[in-house]
Amino acid sequence: MIQNIVDGFLVGSILSLGAIGLTMAMHMLRFANFSHAELLSVGAYAALVFDALFSALLPVIDAAIGPLSLTWALTLATLVSMVITGLSAILIDKLVFKRVRAKGGELSMVFASFGVAMIIRNILGLIFGLDPVLYSQEIVFAIVVSREPFLLVKPDQVFTLIAALVIMFILHLVLSRTTFGYSLRAVAENPTLAQVSGINLNRMIVLIWLIGGGLAAAAGVFYGLTNQINPVLGRDLVLPIFAATIVGGIGSIYGAVLGGFLVGLASNLALVILPSGYSPAVPFLIILAVLVIRPHGLFGEERA
Amino acid sequence: MIGVLSYLIFFATVASILSIAVLGLNLQWGNTGLFNGGVVAFFGAGAYGTLILGGIPQDGLIGGFQLPYLIALFGGMVIAGIVAWVVGLLTLRLRHDYLAIATFGVAVAFENLVRNAAILGGAQGIRGFERPLRDLFESALAYNAAFFVFVLTLLILTYLFLERLIASPFGRLLRAIREDETAAQSLGKSPSRVRLTAFIAGSVIMGLAGGLYATFYAFISPQDVLPILTFQIWAMLIVGGAGNNKGAVMGTFLIWAAWTASGWALSRFAPLEVQLYTGSIQFVLIGFVIVGMLMWRPQGLFPEKLVVSQSAAAKR
Repeated sequence: MIQNIVDGFLVGSILSLGAIGLTMAMHMLRFANFSHAELLSVGAYAALVFDALFSALLPVIDAAIGPLSLTWALTLATLVSMVITGLSAILIDKLVFKRVRAKGGELSMVFASFGVAMIIRNILGLIFGLDPVLYSQEIVFAIVVSREPFLLVKPDQVFTLIAALVIMFILHLVLSRTTFGYSLRAVAENPTLAQVSGINLNRMIVLIWLIGGGLAAAAGVFYGLTNQINPVLGRDLVLPIFAATIVGGIGSIYGAVLGGFLVGLASNLALVILPSGYSPAVPFLIILAVLVIRPHGLFGEERA
Repeated sequence: MIGVLSYLIFFATVASILSIAVLGLNLQWGNTGLFNGGVVAFFGAGAYGTLILGGIPQDGLIGGFQLPYLIALFGGMVIAGIVAWVVGLLTLRLRHDYLAIATFGVAVAFENLVRNAAILGGAQGIRGFERPLRDLFESALAYNAAFFVFVLTLLILTYLFLERLIASPFGRLLRAIREDETAAQSLGKSPSRVRLTAFIAGSVIMGLAGGLYATFYAFISPQDVLPILTFQIWAMLIVGGAGNNKGAVMGTFLIWAAWTASGWALSRFAPLEVQLYTGSIQFVLIGFVIVGMLMWRPQGLFPEKLVVSQSAAAKR
């Protein structure tokens, strides 16, 4: 039980990072972006490539940090990957979503994102192979935190949770203390009025993709660090991340954070009563429960 | 010669079955503007429903009620309709993203359920279905030809039904809600109720397609209800032209031919080490077809003929 709660928090932090970007893009561009979870895969694989590159160039930094399997090279690679993934998100928007937006309704966008997800996922599979890979071949043993109740935690998991919380705190500071944060919230609330006040809508859209992509990349690396990296990572996470945005209310960034943790916890706690094979279906049950109890999520506003 | 003929019948049967599913999706998306991201759940509900209701009893499996075939097929459609009713009731009042996500979710959950639940056959699926009237025919080829005629008849009936439906006042209402919900509401129409009706009707048609599919193979397993099928059915509709039933059927035959041909070409000509990735290459190709269509020709190859007013329709 306690193990499920701790695992739930760890998974939840990854889902939160993914859900923040998704909820922002969904709110701003008004479409359910099924390709967002693929950005996690892009981020995870980009970090893998740069990790190998940095380790080869500077073998010194290929040393594990403390008890973690994380190396300095991977830390650096993660930062690079966040930028690259953010830029890919902008590129995808420029190449596909922007044109579909100009051509047709919002709903074509949903299907275009289906197509984009399909393309990204399978191209990653073609480049990196269909088998799972790991950042580090070294085995890091889990630490027994307590025997009664039994609780196992890996150092990497603790690091992931802390790093995710730090990233979210930085985002909170940006949103609440900077002009950019104010503009973002203004655009989210009333795009027309925001534009009249001199906010450049197109620039805000670009920034949202950049931030969303960056956070997704971090989530992807953290997922790879605590699980494994494979081309279907995005396919497996798309529903939990959507569930997180619906629990929090579409458009609410803080809701997405809370939603991520709630979905992570609920999915892991569900394993106490359900056989583990059913875990992919749990996010759907959460979505149904939210739609019955509180259709607009915890912090969502009613909007047609 | 016999080989070619029997392959053509096989191809035409599968394409006709898929056409029925695409027509169901066209009612939802093309005529009403509802995004169904989980076509396989309704297709699968029909397929599993038909085999469970009409199959022979088997150890450890639910069902085996041995109902007459047409009743079993109808029962599968009803099950698909019930799933649609639950999902639609919860999501159709909300903004459209919710329906897209919830239908995608129901498909994931459905596949997960049939894969894990031993009473539904688990990963092995449900085998040993006795195809209706099989004894009346000597050869497999003759039976398959007769089954194709049966499927084709149902396709034509579905097509005629939908053509009548969209030409009726109800069809006009669907388009009115798709184009301008507020205006429709101001005329005293209830958009959420009409949308729910269209959503359930479309899903029941998908359930029919699923039931026929399971009958044709006399077998259904979780492998048949993977998300890729939803994607293929969508690709058929988008390429054919959303809103146009003729386009939907043409799109189905076109995409299914392209899909089978690309699969055959890859397995025939691609080097051995690439063969493992045949699926990935096909998925990338179909992904590009979709995205390309949406960018350059969103109305499809056979666009919907918009009727602006009654008098305009009379003049044509």
